[in-house]
Amino acid sequence: MSEIKKFLYVNRKAPYGTIYALESLEVVLIGAAFEQDVSLAFLDDGVFQLTKGQNTDGIGIKNFSPTYRALGDYEVTKLYVEQESLDERGLTLDDLQAVVYEDEDDDWEEKPSIRVVSRAEMADIMADQDVVLSF
Amino acid sequence: MDYDVNGTTIAADEEGYITNLSEWSKELADVIAVNEKIDMNEEHWEVVNFLRDYYEEYQIAPAVRVLIKSVKKTMGKEKGNNKYMYELFPYGPAKQACKIAGLPKPTGCV
Repeated sequence: MSEIKKFLYVNRKAPYGTIYALESLEVVLIGAAFEQDVSLAFLDDGVFQLTKGQNTDGIGIKNFSPTYRALGDYEVTKLYVEQESLDERGLTLDDLQAVVYEDEDDDWEEKPSIRVVSRAEMADIMADQDVVLSF
Repeated sequence: MDYDVNGTTIAADEEGYITNLSEWSKELADVIAVNEKIDMNEEHWEVVNFLRDYYEEYQIAPAVRVLIKSVKKTMGKEKGNNKYMYELFPYGPAKQACKIAGLPKPTGCV
């Protein structure tokens, strides 16, 4: 087995209307089986993917937002959300659903997966990756 | 490949996963299980019910290792291991148990 690579999945689009958000999530879940270092980034309209209280009844599409909460089970525990993207849309961390993981190294304590970072920090996170996949 | 439950036809894809998840019933689960050559007992039902709860909460059928890890957490390590799961569902716990539970094929399961 080769060394572990750092993968970042960048999400820039609103959850419904296009298939990008769901496709990204499915690739993340499939890719998680390969035991790489996986992170997700949410910026631009991508921050809407994590908003709480989504209801898709009126558009006849499955509401897949609960699936983000399963990411911890797949050992995907880093969800970076860009502060400026939230600000530009009048959103705060309180508008996002809680996504947690259980830290194996800390007696399975529940910890938040969502980390709000500045645009400058996001640039550094991207620069630090081996592979960046944009959706 | 459709199923017949007391005269009602339930549509399924070519691999036997039902296409409309809301059509699931315990009777249907028994029919699918017979088709999979599985004699359903309490242990099988425990896993099937666990999967249905997982889907209800997260809207996905978990991958095998995630299923086993979650079962280990909630039901203990006597049940949360590969050997136990494959004894119950010889052709793969995720594949067979999900089919019986009326869930889609697990994401990433080929």
